Parts: sequence; C-alpha cells; structure tokens
Amino acid sequence: MKNKSLVSINDLTKDEILKVLDLAEEFAENPNQRILDGKVVATLFFEPSTRTRLSFESAVNRLGGRVIGFSEASSTSVSKGESLKDTILTVANYSDLIVMRHPIEGSARYASEVSGVPIINAGDGANQHPTQTLLDLFSIRKTQGKLDDLNIFLVGDLKYGRTVHSLLMAMSHFNASFTFVAPKELQMPNEYKMFLKEKGLKFTEQTDLNENLDKADIIYMTRVQRERFSDPMEYEKVKNVYVLRNHMLENTKPGMRVLHPLPRVNEIHTDVDPNPQAYYFTQALNGVYTRMAIMALILGLK
Amino acid sequence: MSKNKQLSVSAIQNGTVIDHIPAQNLFKVINILSLDKINNQITFGSNLESQKLGHKAIIKIADKFFRDDEINRIALVAPHAKLNIIKDYEVVEKKTVNVPDDFTGIVRCVNPKCVTNHEKIAQKFYVVDKASVSLKCHYCEKITDEEHMEFL
Ligand SMILES: [Zn+2]
Repeated sequence: MKNKSLVSINDLTKDEILKVLDLAEEFAENPNQRILDGKVVATLFFEPSTRTRLSFESAVNRLGGRVIGFSEASSTSVSKGESLKDTILTVANYSDLIVMRHPIEGSARYASEVSGVPIINAGDGANQHPTQTLLDLFSIRKTQGKLDDLNIFLVGDLKYGRTVHSLLMAMSHFNASFTFVAPKELQMPNEYKMFLKEKGLKFTEQTDLNENLDKADIIYMTRVQRERFSDPMEYEKVKNVYVLRNHMLENTKPGMRVLHPLPRVNEIHTDVDPNPQAYYFTQALNGVYTRMAIMALILGLK
Repeated sequence: MSKNKQLSVSAIQNGTVIDHIPAQNLFKVINILSLDKINNQITFGSNLESQKLGHKAIIKIADKFFRDDEINRIALVAPHAKLNIIKDYEVVEKKTVNVPDDFTGIVRCVNPKCVTNHEKIAQKFYVVDKASVSLKCHYCEKITDEEHMEFL
C-alpha cells in the first residue's frame, strides 16, 4: 500500500485488508506513537462531515503529525471556481498525504490520478468510503474474534446505501452469508446479488426486521431516508418498521453485535444503547485506529 | 445487382472501406474515428439497402489504415462493421471489429453526479458485458447500459 492512494475498497486485496486490521489492532493497544512526526496531512472536505474529519484529524494528531485543510468548500478558492485538479495540485505541494471528501462521484479517483501525493478517499458522493468499510471490518473482527463464516444482517436502505454495498464486497472475501432486511423499494440491487451468486455465497431477503434475528452474528443498521421514496405514503408505511428496539434482541446470540455507521436518527431506539450488544459508539472509536493504520501504511511508516 | 452497389460509392486505390455501419450511426462513426479532422479523401454513402441492417452506411477513406485499437472503438455503434483494406484497388485484408475491454471518450457517463460530467476530463470505461454492451465508469463506478448510452 506504500505510496498508493486508497480510493475504493475494491482496490484492496484480502491480504492488504488483513494487514490494515492487524496494524489497527496494534494502534488500539498503543495509540500514542509519534511515527508521523514531521509529516503534514491535508484534510480537504469539500462538503462537511464533521465526524469523519475529526476521526482522521484525531488519528493524525495521535501519531504526531500535523493537519492542514478546510472543513467546507465555501471558504476556499473552490467557491471562486477553481477546478478540482488545480486545488489538488496546489495542496499536494503542501502535504505528504491528502484526505479528501467530495460530493462528486469519482472525484477521489480523479484526484489520485493528478496528485503527486497519495489520496485517501473519505467519501465521494454515493460512491465509495473505504475507510468506513475498513473500520466496519475491524469492528466485526474485534467483536467476533474472526471474519470468516459469519452471518451478517444488513438492514435499512440497501438500494442506495454505499456502506452496505462496500461491506458486502469486502466480506465476500471471508465466506460470509447475508440476510438483507429492507422495504420493497430499497432492496439490494441485482448486481450485488449476482456477484454473491457467482462467488457461491449465501444470502436471503426479508422485509420483516423481527424475523430470524437469532441467527445473526452482526446486525448492521442503516438509515431509511424519506427522500429515497418516490411515494411519500410508502415511507410513512415503513418508517417505523425498520427501528431496532431492545426487546427485539432478547433471543439473539450473546456474541451478536449491533453496528451502525452513524449518525443515527431513529433507526436504533435509544433503549438499545445500554445493551452490551450495542457496539456503534465503540465502532466509531475503532475508526481512529483504522485510519491510523491506513495512513501509516500508505506513508510507508509501518 | 452487386455491380450497382459497387457504384454507389466510388472505388479507392489505397485505403480502408468500412462497410455494414447502421445508417443512423454513420455520423457517430465519423466522429469516433475523428474523420472530420483529417485531410484524407473520404467518401461515404448512407441509406444503402442491406439485408442484415435494413439501411446501412459505408465509408471509404483513402490512404488511411487503422490500428485495431482505433477501429475497435466503433464497435459500440457499429458492432457488425466489416473492414476491407485496399491496396492497388484490391482487397488485401478483411477485418471485423471487436468490443474493446476498456476505452476512453466516445460515451458520456450516465451518472449526472459523476466527476467526468463536472471537470474537464476524458471519460473512461470498462466494458463489463460485451454482448449487451454495458459500461462501468472508471471514476464513479456506475454502469451505463446500451439504453442510456449518449455519445459525445
Ligand atoms: Zn461516471
């Protein structure tokens, strides 16, 4: 991974994924290592995402590096009409690594082709957000003790949700089986089902969140957004159906964990929060360790 | 009958004849091969009768010989095109076109949020299905299928 950009989770081999997770584990045990001393990391957030930006900046700071950048495009030359290429070429002069979030899809791939320093994609519109996927994998391995042969429930907006698509692609390296829980309008696109069939991986689909939860090793919740529905009535019908409540977890496996990419709106009721099976806040912390590992590997420091 | 067909577009001494182009895609082929930007003598005929295509078009380009990767770019709009390589009024070689594995330009990415529709960059695609011609964008990773294909 040294000197290579990280644009899409599909760019990483299984071995590279495991290498990131192993190193993240090391940082989780010993987070304060000043290996980024003297390095400058640029965080270019062309659209705001406070959570992701702070996670990256925390990771850089813990490793002793320095951060430059912006948290929204309106305060920069981008708002004066500067092209993405010019912004990237300029910032590449000032930094050793660029972390970039941009609303335009494919912008990170393009940036990686013009930049003289590696790019880490921190989200390009609805396309890719590979560090989220890696922290999800880290969280799954940490809670289950392994990545192989797990039963993953993906719940909510499976049609447009980039996190679930990337997670599916990544978990396909590890003989996962999947249960897709979504309203009719937001089911998993065919291309992903075809992909699983070709790989010989099992999946089932259901619309009722209450069914089969006892079989889950991971329940991965996502938001069902109103704007995804062409018919507002359809949204009204399903909006309370995909809300996880604590009592629904009664018969689940004790080792099962509930994950969520955050921010949550109402799809996980707060009555789940005290349950030891709720893992979503620790999951966010794992993001810092995972991002430390990714940056250290790309900068060739580990 | 075959003599009449021959006469519809005059013969060339040396060069390339591209036959069996669907008539409605003639100008797309001209565009893809940038024939409007070269100085060679070019003749073409359109709306010629064809049993296979209904109406076909034919292009004759004098003193021009294409590399395979150049000519394969027209496979998206003229998958059944046939090439005759002419030397001294004789057909010395016949070629067909193959849908390439990847290519740049030609098609607009269907995704309005794709970076290729916002910055000045060349489109780049991977052909994920050659039979139905479905294209995966190198940048936004979205699929552009034949139905939504818009040529530049
Ligand atoms: Zn695209």
